[in-house]
Parts: sequence; structure tokens; C-alpha cells
Amino acid sequence: MALLEIQNLNRRFGGLHAVNNVSFNVEQGMIKAVIGPNGAGKTTLFNLIAGNLPANSGKIFFDNARINGRKPYQIAERGVSRTYQNIKLFHGMTALENVMVGRHIRSRAGFMAGMLNLPWTWPEEREVREKAMEYLDLLGAADCADTEIGNLSFGQQRGVEFARALAMEPTLLLLDEPAAGLNIYETAEIGRLISKIRDSGITILLVEHDMSLVMDISDEIVVLSFGEKIAEDLPHKIQQNEEVIRIYLGDEG
Amino acid sequence: MDLLKRYIPVLFLLALVVAVQLVTHFTETTYYLTQLTMSAYYSVVVIGLCVLMGYCGQISLGHAGFFAIGGYLAGALTTHNLMSFRDHGLVAVLDRIGLLVAGKDLYGGDLLTVEPWAACITAVLTAGLIAMAIGGPVLKLKGHYLAMATLGFGIIIFRIALASAYFGEADGISEVPAFRLLPGIDISGSFGARILNYYIAWVVVIVAIILLLNLIHSRVGRALRAIHGAEEAANAMGVNTSRYKLYIFVLSAVFAALAGVLVTHYNGGIGPSEAGIMKSVRYVAIVAVGGMANIWGALIMGVVLNFLSLRGVFGSYDDAVFGVILIVIMLFAPQGILKINPWQQLKSFLPLFAEQSGEETPE
Repeated sequence: MALLEIQNLNRRFGGLHAVNNVSFNVEQGMIKAVIGPNGAGKTTLFNLIAGNLPANSGKIFFDNARINGRKPYQIAERGVSRTYQNIKLFHGMTALENVMVGRHIRSRAGFMAGMLNLPWTWPEEREVREKAMEYLDLLGAADCADTEIGNLSFGQQRGVEFARALAMEPTLLLLDEPAAGLNIYETAEIGRLISKIRDSGITILLVEHDMSLVMDISDEIVVLSFGEKIAEDLPHKIQQNEEVIRIYLGDEG
Repeated sequence: MDLLKRYIPVLFLLALVVAVQLVTHFTETTYYLTQLTMSAYYSVVVIGLCVLMGYCGQISLGHAGFFAIGGYLAGALTTHNLMSFRDHGLVAVLDRIGLLVAGKDLYGGDLLTVEPWAACITAVLTAGLIAMAIGGPVLKLKGHYLAMATLGFGIIIFRIALASAYFGEADGISEVPAFRLLPGIDISGSFGARILNYYIAWVVVIVAIILLLNLIHSRVGRALRAIHGAEEAANAMGVNTSRYKLYIFVLSAVFAALAGVLVTHYNGGIGPSEAGIMKSVRYVAIVAVGGMANIWGALIMGVVLNFLSLRGVFGSYDDAVFGVILIVIMLFAPQGILKINPWQQLKSFLPLFAEQSGEETPE
């Protein structure tokens, strides 16, 4: 069985069929990209997988267990991590603290242990801090560890959000337009990083507009248009797919 | 190292508490201790609310309600005479297991009431359970809607206190006995116990603030601040946001109820004004003045403003003063008055420097 299986997924917003009977699989260890014009239902699809939206019908299986209908935190506990198109970091906290929250499911101290500052939580707390620092370092953001998140540049915030998602040590990483708002150098950098993450054994599903990035790094591509899947293939085949060319460039070609 | 940094202010507070007592002793102004004791108890409500509001980002305009649940229940249980129900099975059982105490009333009649410890635990647990029951549905709301729902809760408690004969209607409850914490250590307003009670109150504050400081520096504290920062993302990181919000709501309600119990025993009574909406607004205003996510700020402002209010400095404009404080803080110092940078403020008012002071505060 594939790591992530999406079967006949549907989601409507009033009269709009945002995700229309979409099915596809994501195999363990690959980078799979979801592309499509604006309004194709990509972000809706992500929100369905991550549990932020309920599906009208259809099934999502992750790691052989059905996950649709579960709460986002339960899906996260199973090993699905994500980043957002419009970065969602925790304001009022430092970069390091943001990444430390990413270690939430990898640590245990609860309300009582926290209030009483029980000694067994000390090594755990130290480990959370060290691991978070490692991930910040991996993203080249170690020197802004103690900076409040609102004072970081856009690019740095992207890095911190990435580090937070990785700190969870997920099995599946959902990336919603990781290159949005980045310049070409930063985009190339993030492409290398995504490949590196895949090589470390984490499966990646990404939504992206930057075609050169998608073609460079993806192992497989799913194309959505008006909520429907119109193609699913290897990158070079997608480039030659007439249907895909038509939705991107128009009929007259 | 971090631990040391966390607890040094606590040691400083302890030293200050002793120093203040000594100063009042030598200047023969021990009458100040009464208001300082009450301010200490009110600060327990404030720091509990501070963690809920400032750290977790969930407003409550109903905390006077929880304070009143604690105070009224403790007051009612320890004053209502159960003598006439003596033969009732339940009362007999409670008496048998030592949860009731016998005594004499003012006119020498026999009195049978609930033991203060049992009353205290009952009152605090009840407040916690009520918080849990209303917190479940209410904490699904955000912002103004949560404020209005908790305000509604506060009004209900206020009207119940005012309307029910059991809670003394407009007169409230009086002649609440002393609370014997340990042999020889009583919470009471009697003249001779003034210094002892001052120290009891401040020990309660210190224990409360240590617990809360530990909490906000723990894994749970980070999760709570994450909920404040971006609830959806916190959930996606595996934080069970609805449960965490509920737990911190219950915790702050328990703190408020405990303060209510202790103040009621200290004052020997409680009246409906303690349950009033303006009390809830006052607690929120103090947290705001202290700087929202600043537990020390909340404590300092809680003591200072309550002390001034109890000394009658604000006169009959007491409630108006707290309303004005809330407005002024929201307009000019949303970070609290302890973090005001006068130069920055001045610059933002002078057009000449306006461009240089373009540093925006995140919402």
C-alpha cells in the first residue's frame, strides 16, 4: 500500500466543486507535486489531507489508516507535517521557540509535570531545545534563533517554518507553495533542500506554481484543473501532455 | 542557569514582602497590611487570568464569576446551620466522617456547619467543574464572541448571587468563620492575626506564581503561546488546541475560585459586588496594564492597583478609573505600561521623525 492514498475525494463550497472526485497515491520516499492554475483546488486538497476541512465524500488513507474525519492534531501525531502558502508562524515567540513547538509530539511533559517542573522533564526539555537548534541550523537560521519572529525577513520566516515542520520528524511533509515570494536564488536553494529532505527518507507532497522548480525536483506530478485531476505522470511526460498545455496556455496554443 | 533566572525574581519578591512588613512595623502603619493581604489574594486571580489571556490569547470577562463561586460556596457552606437536618442521613454521614464542625452562634445556639477545608475543596472543585462545563462550548468562540459569552456567564453568576436566599441576596454572606489551615494558623480578619495573614496571603501568591512560571516555561506553556500566535498552525503541529484551551481556562478559574475562598474567610463575608461585571473588567484591565503576556507585570499591577482601590484612593470613581485605564492602555500602550518607551512614543507623535520610527508592532 502506498504511504498516502486518496480515493474519490470530493469537497464542495456551495455551488463550487473545489475538489471533484480526485484519486491518487503518494509512494513512500518520493516527491510528488500537485500543480494547476489558480483556483484548481490545490490548497483545498491540502486542507482536506491535513484535516483542516472535512471532505464531503471520499477516503484518505495514511500509513494504512484512514485519516479523514480526524482532527489536524491527530493527523500530525501520525506523522504528517505541513507548511503554509502564507506562512503561519507563532507571533510573539522567538524563532527557536517556534521550532521547539514543532517538537510537541516528540515530547511528553503535560500540565502537572510542567507546573511542578518535575526533574524528568529537564532532559526532555534540553533535547527539545537542542533538536530545534539543529533544525534551525540546517535551514541556515541559527543566528536568528533568539529573534522574535515578527522581526525576521520573509525568507528567514520561510526557513523557520520549514524547520518547524521538520522538527516534527514527519513521515509525510506537505509543502504549500514553498517557493512563493522567493527570488530565483532562494528558490534554487529551497529546491536543493527539498531534495535533501526526500533523500533523508521523508516523503513530500507539494503544491507549487514555479514550474522550473516542480520539473526539477518532482518524481511525479498530479495536475488539477477546476477541481478535477486531468493528468498524473512523470515530469517530462506532463510537459508534453496536450491537455496540460491547453489549460496552462489556452486553446489557441 | 535558566532555572536561576526564573526564580531570582521570586526570591526578590519574598525579600520585598518581608521588607514591607518590617517597614510597616517600624513606622507603625501595620493597618496597610490589611489591604496588602487582600491585594495579594486578588493578584492570584489576576495572574491566573494573565496566563489565560496573555499567554494563551483567550479572553474571559467572567472571572469575577469564578471568584464568586469560590467565595460564596465557601461562605455558605461554613455559615449555614445544618442543626435542623441533623437526622438526615447525608448530614449524619458527613458528621460521622468529620466534614462538619459543631459550634455556638452569637446567641449561644448550637451550630453545625461544614468544616472550612471541606468547604474550600468543594468550592474550588465546583468552580473547576463549572469552568469545564462552560469552557467546552464557549472556547470554540474567538475574540469578541468569546468575550461576550464569558460576560454572559459572569452576569448569570451575579444574578444568581443577588437573587437566591441561600446566598444572602443583596446582603451577601456574613459571619464566615476563620479558616484553620493548620493548628495555630487561621485565615481570619481578626486584629491580632494581621501579620500572620499577610504572610499566608503572600505565600499563596508565591506558590501560585512559581507554578505558573514553571508552566509558561514548559512544553505546555510553549503550546499555549503557539495557540495565541496561530491556532491553526499549533493544531497542525500536533497540539490538541481545544483541550489545552479548556485546561488553561479551568486552571485560571480554579485560581480565581481559590482566591475567592480565601478572601471570604479573611473578610468574614462576601457580597454580590464581588461577582459584578465591573470586577471582571477590572481583572482584565489589570492584565492589560501589566502587559498581557507578562506575569510579573500582572502581579505588580494587580497589587498596586488593588491596593490603591482598597485604600479608597479612587474614591467613588473606582470602577470608572479601571474603565479609563483599559481604554488608555489599549490606545497608547497595548504592550502594557511597563514596556513603554517614552522616546518611541514621542517620535510617533512628531511628524518629523515619523518615517524613522516605522517599526510596526505585530498584531
